[in-house]
Amino acid sequence: MIKVIHLTKIYKTGEVEVVALDNVSFEIKKGEFVAIMGPSGSGKSTLMHILGALDIPSKGEYWLDGELIANLDDDELAEIRNKNIGFVFQAYNLLPRTSALKNVMVPMMYGDVSKEERMKKAKRYLEKVGLGDRIHHAPNQLSGGQQQRVAIARALAMNPNIILADEPTGNIATKQALEIMEILEDLNEQGNTILMITHEQEIAEYAKRIINLRDGQIVEDKNNDSRRLLPKRKE
Amino acid sequence: MDYKELALESFVTLTLNKVRTGLAMLGVIIGIGSVIALISLGQASQLFIENQIKSLGSNLLTISPGAQSSRGIRGAAGGKETLTYNDAEAIKNSSEITTVKNVSAEYNSKTQVVAGRNNTNTRVSGVTPEYASIRNIALSVGSFISESHLIGMSKVAILGSQTSVDLFGEGVSPIGKTVRVNGISFNIIGLMESKGGSGFMNQDDIIFVPLTTAQKLLFGVNYVSSIYIEAVSENVMSQARDEIGYFLLARHKIKDPTQADFSIMSQEDILGTAAQVTGTFTTLLSGIAAISLIVGGIGIMNIMLVTVTERTREIGLRKALGAKKKVITVQFLLEAIMITFVGGTIGVVLGMSVSSIFSRSMGLPLVFSLPSILLAFGVSAAIGVLFGWYPAQKAANLQPIEALRYE
Repeated sequence: MIKVIHLTKIYKTGEVEVVALDNVSFEIKKGEFVAIMGPSGSGKSTLMHILGALDIPSKGEYWLDGELIANLDDDELAEIRNKNIGFVFQAYNLLPRTSALKNVMVPMMYGDVSKEERMKKAKRYLEKVGLGDRIHHAPNQLSGGQQQRVAIARALAMNPNIILADEPTGNIATKQALEIMEILEDLNEQGNTILMITHEQEIAEYAKRIINLRDGQIVEDKNNDSRRLLPKRKE
Repeated sequence: MDYKELALESFVTLTLNKVRTGLAMLGVIIGIGSVIALISLGQASQLFIENQIKSLGSNLLTISPGAQSSRGIRGAAGGKETLTYNDAEAIKNSSEITTVKNVSAEYNSKTQVVAGRNNTNTRVSGVTPEYASIRNIALSVGSFISESHLIGMSKVAILGSQTSVDLFGEGVSPIGKTVRVNGISFNIIGLMESKGGSGFMNQDDIIFVPLTTAQKLLFGVNYVSSIYIEAVSENVMSQARDEIGYFLLARHKIKDPTQADFSIMSQEDILGTAAQVTGTFTTLLSGIAAISLIVGGIGIMNIMLVTVTERTREIGLRKALGAKKKVITVQFLLEAIMITFVGGTIGVVLGMSVSSIFSRSMGLPLVFSLPSILLAFGVSAAIGVLFGWYPAQKAANLQPIEALRYE
């Protein structure tokens, strides 16, 4: 599903070249729940942005659903982001002063989904993340956890092949963070492929597979045998 | 996404962000409004001056005492006392002069006048009866100075409407009352209709008395300030001018016309001077218009640049969610168009209101020229749309992650 080969990203700031990603190769199959871990500066965010078609690699190949992303032009990339990828950002990135419902509808608007369909689906996904009673609330009327759940509903809106979550719990209090992880876990159970970035070991423990990055290189790629399940699942 | 839906999305975005939209629109409103108000006021002043000059009549010649300077050669510096009422009478009665219909003479001076407890400083103008028809003086009540007043040195006065208000108050008829000028009481026998104008150009701030009374009783002079000649028609103006000129030269025993102790101005001369004045005005106006367009334009440019640049992150987000470049560009273009056109329309209305309020309070005519409104609107709208579109275009061309990270 996702395949990266010798992925390299070099930032140039003036005379200095910073190698953010150095020859990274791996593969992610459908239905996986992968956590990419690493300290800040390890290149995990850069990797996420490239996988999300938000940025382009300096070298190497990125295959998504059998398509070589480097070959696509700007509009085709927009379409990939719209239809194949669902984003969950650390800072939620919701449109301000816009209701939860409208926020979830934005990707569907760009995806040419009919108006009635949009409304119906947006409601359904908001119910799915437990916000059925807050669909008309604007982001500033919601807690951090609730905003992130709106963002997850938005990521689901176009029924993407993969959900990319960039530190989804980074700005959220622990209790609410667990709720977010519960939702992601549920989505994975239902067959969604999830790729999550985090620097917190505890959060990474929820994933089925953990890739460790350091200085732009993969230092470890293992199945998470000691996978932590959420409390309710332990029962 | 079709354009109808994009337009709706743009509109919704504008209404959701009322403060931002309001500020941007305010920039456009002030920009366009001020340009239109300034241009309109300038044109009104220009028209007012032209009208004042034209209202003097096109077959009027004005003889003033002093040096001849109209042909580019300044003659001997003459005094201001070289013209007399006898000159006027002589022109009227001369058999050599065939082109003159009416002659009037005037002596005027600013002085303090008193009525009861009120007093004002106004122009006291001693004139002959013909003055009314030559200078288009219309009375709203009473009668003008007559021949018998002139001969009898009567102490009668005709008040300008402003002077009447100053001395007796609004809506009070001054007829039959008295006004004291230099300690002498004058019977008020007439009230002028308002001629308009304000400040130093106020034609209603005046008192007319018989010329002889002004000369002998009030000011003790035997000369006049000007002689007004009404020619029989516009076509004989230059002939009239020559006839009168040679007649007066002979009367004043001056052989060399360049040494004349008077000057004759025709309406043409005055219009020529006026053309210079209005030419200066036009230049001034263009300057004002250009400066206000630049100032307004920069204001609009700034507010659009700031409001759109501030939304770079939003553009990044929209791209991340699958918006194509064209969709972003069109949305921001539509928003800029809505802001500039709604703001522009309000600005036009505001500018026109402001200038009509000013025109009314200053007694100026109300002038709106379509080209200047279109110019102000067009330039401002173009700037607004350009600087709404350009930063959006720039942001849409960034990699989405760069736009998302924009601080």
